[in-house]
Amino acid sequence: MSKRSNWSIPYLIFLIFFVVLPLILVLVYAFQDNAGRFTLGNITKFFTDKDALSTFAVSLEVALETTLLCILLGYPAAWILANKKYNRSAVTIVLFIMPMWVNALMRTLATAQLFTMFDITLGKGTLLFGMVYDYLPFMIYPIYNVLSRMDPSYAEAAEDLGATPATVFRKVTVPLSMPGVASGVLMVFMPTVSTFAISEFLTNNKIKLFGTIIQENINSSMWNYGAALALVMLIIIGITSLFSKDNEEVEGGLI
Amino acid sequence: MKKILAKIYIWVLLVILYAPLVFIAIFSFTESKVLGNWQGFSVNLYKNLLTGNMQGNSSLLSAVYNTLLIALVAAAFSTLLGTIAAIGIHNLKGGRKKAITFLNNIPMINPDIITGVSLFLLFVFLRISQGYVSVILAHITFCTPYVVLSVLPKLKQMNPNIYEAALDLGATPSQALWKVMVPELRPGMVSGFILAFTMSLDDFAVTFFTRGTIGLDTLSTYIYTDARKGGLTPELRPLMTLIFILILVLLVIINVRQDRMNKKQAAQ
Repeated sequence: MSKRSNWSIPYLIFLIFFVVLPLILVLVYAFQDNAGRFTLGNITKFFTDKDALSTFAVSLEVALETTLLCILLGYPAAWILANKKYNRSAVTIVLFIMPMWVNALMRTLATAQLFTMFDITLGKGTLLFGMVYDYLPFMIYPIYNVLSRMDPSYAEAAEDLGATPATVFRKVTVPLSMPGVASGVLMVFMPTVSTFAISEFLTNNKIKLFGTIIQENINSSMWNYGAALALVMLIIIGITSLFSKDNEEVEGGLI
Repeated sequence: MKKILAKIYIWVLLVILYAPLVFIAIFSFTESKVLGNWQGFSVNLYKNLLTGNMQGNSSLLSAVYNTLLIALVAAAFSTLLGTIAAIGIHNLKGGRKKAITFLNNIPMINPDIITGVSLFLLFVFLRISQGYVSVILAHITFCTPYVVLSVLPKLKQMNPNIYEAALDLGATPSQALWKVMVPELRPGMVSGFILAFTMSLDDFAVTFFTRGTIGLDTLSTYIYTDARKGGLTPELRPLMTLIFILILVLLVIINVRQDRMNKKQAAQ
C-alpha cells in the first residue's frame, strides 16, 4: 500500500515545474532590470506611475461593485432556488449554471453587441452590467449549494422557539450560508479584478483595467515591469483568498 | 403571492441572462454584417460555416479545430496525470499530503492572467519556443487540479480491500489496476475529463500569453483579435449558437447521469 503513495511523485514534479517555478520567476523578474540586475525600480515605478495607480484603483472599485451587485442580486435568487416551496425543478438550476460553461468572451461579446444594437453608449454602466451578467452564475451557484444542503431542522428549531421568519432568516439562514457567500465572492472578485479582454469589449477601450496594463507591458516586451504588476495582483489575490478557506469543497462539486 | 413574486424574480433574471444568447441565435439566421439589422431569413451563415467558405476571414475554422485539438489533448493528459496523482495523494499522509494538496489548489485559485504571465515567463526563461506544445502544457497545468479533485472522492468511497482481494486471487498488480481500480474510478475520471475539457475550451488568458507569435489561434483568441479589429465575422453567430446548444445538451446529460448515480447510491 505505502508504495502507491509514490504515484504522486510525477505530479509533484510537474507542479514544481509548472506552478512553483513560474511563480518564483514572477518574483525574480519583478525585481530585475532589463540586464538581469537586482532592482527595486519596477516596484517604485508602479507606486509613482499615476496612470497605473488610478487604473489599479478603478479595477478594485469595479471588482468590488460587481461583487456587491452579484451578492445583492444572487443571494435572493439562490435562496429561492434552494427553497422547496418555490422551486422544485432541477432544470431552473441547470439554466442558471449553463452560462458558466459558455466561453466568457463569447458571452461578453454577445452582451456588447446587444448594447450596440440598442444604441447604448459603452462606458462604466455597461461595464458593470456586463461584468454582473458574466459572473452572476458564479455567485448564485455556491450560495445555492450551501443553502440546499442546509439541515432544515435548524430553521424549524428556531421557529419552534418563537423566532419570526425574518429573524430565522437573519440569525440562522444567513450565518449558515456564509461559506457559500465567501466562495461566491472569491469566484466573482478574482476574475473581475484580473480581467482584461472583458473590460475592453464592454467599454470599447474607454476604461482601462489593471489586467489590460499587465497584458500591454508583457506584450510590448516590458517583462520586468509586467511581472512587477502581476506581483501586485498576486498580493491582492493572496489577501482575498485568505477570506475564504474552504472554497474547494464547493468548486469540486461544480457539475 | 410570495410564490409568484419569487417565480417572477427568477424568470426575470433568466431572461436577462439569456437575452444576449437568444439575440445571437436569432441573428444567426440572417446574413447582415451587424447584429440588429435583419435582412430576411437565411441559413447561409450556417452553410458558410460548415463548408468553410467565409465572407471575411477563413481562419475561423482552423481556430475551432485548434480549440478542440488542444482541449482533447490537454484533457486526456490531465486525466491520466490527475488520476495517477490522485491515487498517490490518497495514499499519502500528514504534511506531505497537505503540501501537495496546497500546490494542487494554486492553479485553481490563481486568476488566468497570473497563470498566463507566470507560464509565459517560464517558457521565456527555459527558451521553449511557444506554440502548440506550450499552450497544451499550460492547459494541462490548470486542468489537472480539477481531475484530481474529481477522482479523490471516488478513491475515498472505494473499498480498499477489493484491490488486495484481486491480488490474493492471483491477479497481477497491473491486472488489478485495470480490472478493479480503473472501473471503480471511472465515473470520477469521466467527470474530471469533462471538466478539464470545458476548462480548456473556455480559456482565453492563458492561451493568449503562451501561444507565442506563430499565429496560433484558438476560438477565444480569434474572437479577441476579431473584436479588436472591429466588425465581427458574421459566421461567429451560428458558431456561438451551435456551441450554446451543445453545452446545454452536455449539461443535461451530465445532470441526468449524476441523478441516476445518486439514485443508485441511495438504493444501495
